[in-house]
Amino acid sequence: MAEIKCIDLCKTYVQGDATIKALDHVTLDIEQGSFICLSGPSGSGKTTLLNAIGGLDELDSGEISINDERVDLLSKGPLADLRLHHIGFVFQAYNLIEVLTARENVEFVMQVQGVSAKQRKLKSMAILKEVGLEGMENRRPAQLSGGQQQRVAVARAIVSQPKLVLADEPTANLDSVSAAHLMELFCELNQNHDVTFLIATHDERVMRYAERLIRMQDGKVISDELQINT
Amino acid sequence: MAFSSNLPLAAMSRLAWRNLWRNHRRTLIMLLAISVGVWAMIFMTALMRGMVDQMIEDGIVALPGFVQIHHPGYRDDPSIENSLAPPGPRLLEALRDQEVSGWTTRVRVPAMISSERSSRGVTLLGVDPEGEIALGFDPASIVEGRFLESPEDKGLVIGRKLLERLETDLGKRVVVMSQDPDNDIADRGFRIVGVYKGKLEGLEEGFIYAGRSTVQLLLKMGQQISEIAIAGRDYRDVEQLYQLVNDAADEDSEVKPWGELDTYLGLMLGVMDGFVLVWVLIIFLALSFGLVNTLMMAVFERIREIGLMQALGMKPSAILYQVLLESLMLLTLGLLIGNLLAFLSVLPIRDGLDLSVVSQGMEMMGVSSVLYPALKLRDLVMANVVVIILGILTSLLPAWRASQYRPVEAISKT
Repeated sequence: MAEIKCIDLCKTYVQGDATIKALDHVTLDIEQGSFICLSGPSGSGKTTLLNAIGGLDELDSGEISINDERVDLLSKGPLADLRLHHIGFVFQAYNLIEVLTARENVEFVMQVQGVSAKQRKLKSMAILKEVGLEGMENRRPAQLSGGQQQRVAVARAIVSQPKLVLADEPTANLDSVSAAHLMELFCELNQNHDVTFLIATHDERVMRYAERLIRMQDGKVISDELQINT
Repeated sequence: MAFSSNLPLAAMSRLAWRNLWRNHRRTLIMLLAISVGVWAMIFMTALMRGMVDQMIEDGIVALPGFVQIHHPGYRDDPSIENSLAPPGPRLLEALRDQEVSGWTTRVRVPAMISSERSSRGVTLLGVDPEGEIALGFDPASIVEGRFLESPEDKGLVIGRKLLERLETDLGKRVVVMSQDPDNDIADRGFRIVGVYKGKLEGLEEGFIYAGRSTVQLLLKMGQQISEIAIAGRDYRDVEQLYQLVNDAADEDSEVKPWGELDTYLGLMLGVMDGFVLVWVLIIFLALSFGLVNTLMMAVFERIREIGLMQALGMKPSAILYQVLLESLMLLTLGLLIGNLLAFLSVLPIRDGLDLSVVSQGMEMMGVSSVLYPALKLRDLVMANVVVIILGILTSLLPAWRASQYRPVEAISKT
């Protein structure tokens, strides 16, 4: 995990009378351990591409393989297993479970994975400290600011150290210090634990961390270049 | 790639419980609806069951007995010709069985009773007082005078209502007329020694009691009797008693259980069981609309969260179980409160609910004016099981819908 191959991905949405091409013959290879940013204006297809790779959205045509396993052919159950064990998601909106505390939200995936309570507690407390939420473990989402909620979502995505993290605007609600801290954390996971990151962002600060920058527009990849991290 | 696990039950329960209280007001209203519905199911069933039980028990006391033996022609023509001999040794042996709680022999013929002012058609019962009491006659129902003291007693005990109709009084003489075996009029003057209060006015007006030997002498029937009445332990379980008596009775006699002697009473028992089920189902039907609506709303309000849980790896089946668990919790809470309310409602009236203001209507239904609720375990179990099973089945629709959302669409809902 996680070598990803996307071949000729197409996805269209119908909005009223208009047909929008969210993905227009997108082909990509992503090597294991990559740190990639997807950039482009709103509606360029970044989120759709992340959702397709994560098995959240169906394609009109094309193939997606993760380590030679066709994601686009998997049924709901195996797809759920794939996401549970191998993919961490950070969504554009914070998307926390309202009735659970910050720690319980972070533990949720591990609970579904069947990790023991002791391990869950240890890992969740450590990751919450890592993202700067020490002392806020027992707060519910409504008692946290937007930035704090986003950090909980990030903590949840990376706590079980998935091999692939798909992040959609992970720093959108963070101040510059928190954003930098988060990106450092991502880089540390990428370098030391070989986690593949695919991050959709508008944020120039985030793009600077990427080793590869893919620009999209109107559902197409318009540039795909390696960059030297500053 | 490991393919495993859904959310463990403990975590799912915690999530379900908290979800339930997201919208306190809605959950409380639904709980109130379930509780009141369950209370109505159980409380009304207890009242109806009590009424029917009483109707049957009163009917059996009036018969009397769970099983009766007659001459085969007696039930079509209850006259003196269709009488039978007293119990033989084989039957007497059977009547000592532990299945038998009491028995008696009676003469029972149609008769006319006349006072100096009025006459009425009645049923004359020639009885052994001890046997009558063993079969359910309550000595405390004698409101004036006394009950008969022996089969040879020469007095007459009549109902309060009949006393009123005949415009006579305790201690006065009346004439009782019937037919002897030669179809001649057999009549005799009796002094009224006691007045009884029946559970139903119809009984007070229709039955008069005299000593069995006195009546046998009046009707010139020797030791012959009209019927042998046998009581058992539980009127619902009469089959064994019936078999015992039937095997021991003379072949030229007719043995019938109470359900066949009074088919109306027999039908009541079956009708009541069916009624309880229908009643429970009707209440549940009303409840189910609220339940489905509540769960639908609960699911609709958190489509996004459901999508998120799927995106994080929760399987559709786990989402389905999650919603069903919420429904189960809601139902269980509602059942607990409903059962408790029902118990608390029945407790203060367990010694009888006085409905004398509608006694005439009750009388028409063959029920006395004091109603004793009967809270039966089987009715409780039926109400609870029906609510749980149908509740879960009803919840399948919202639960299934929740499990079928596509994660990307659900997450994008606002």
